[in-house]
Amino acid sequence: MALKLDFIIEGGNFSKAGKASSQIKKVLKQLDIDTKIIKSIVVAIYEAEVNVAAHAYSGKLTGTIGENEIEVVVADKGPGIEDIGKAMEAGFSTASKEVREMGFGAGMGLPNIKKNTDEMTIESKVGEGTTLRFKCLY
Amino acid sequence: MKLSEIIRHTKSTVSAGNISDDKNMEKAFSSDLMSDVLTLDEENILLISGLANVQLIRTAEMADISAVLLARNKKATPEMIELANENGLIILETPYSIYKASGVLYSNGLKEVY
Repeated sequence: MALKLDFIIEGGNFSKAGKASSQIKKVLKQLDIDTKIIKSIVVAIYEAEVNVAAHAYSGKLTGTIGENEIEVVVADKGPGIEDIGKAMEAGFSTASKEVREMGFGAGMGLPNIKKNTDEMTIESKVGEGTTLRFKCLY
Repeated sequence: MKLSEIIRHTKSTVSAGNISDDKNMEKAFSSDLMSDVLTLDEENILLISGLANVQLIRTAEMADISAVLLARNKKATPEMIELANENGLIILETPYSIYKASGVLYSNGLKEVY
């Protein structure tokens, strides 16, 4: 039986970024999953939340926790990503000064999500939004 | 290095968390860049930072960091303290700069991550 958890992420609201990853971390801990794997999963989810807060107007994150894997879908309404290849490059960022002052926006988020997950895809339409999907096995 | 020694070497005060078990910390990392902290493979380290905001506490939570040391008299906000207490994270505050706090702890045996 898979457990599905939904979260709304507000664009620009950094103080709430981390609610989804925090909640999902608590659930995964109860399932007695290896702490290294939990860390990879929640780091990826937190990076995704920060991305929505930093770049989009609003977003929805759905975590589906199954027996052997977790699937996360983060769909946002926002400016979209013009060049996904470039966005995946370490060090490339379009983040604002405010985002950088908060300790993010160094162009490390998407590469770090990829590093921490077993499968990852991004679809984006400029002017509409971005959908990021990833899976982690445990 | 025991938490009590970290506190003594950096003249720190404790603003959140329970230090009664005097946890032993082996390594530390100094950064204001949370994206960088989120790439670390080490857990249960001390994070030394000049960034006093909620993102620091969230980052510590996700990265399984045990304690953060706020440098140069940066004060933890009530929101940071509440979140840290929820997750069992220790927040220390030192008058020392990141450079001095890192140098003092390193020279007394607290190891580097990289």
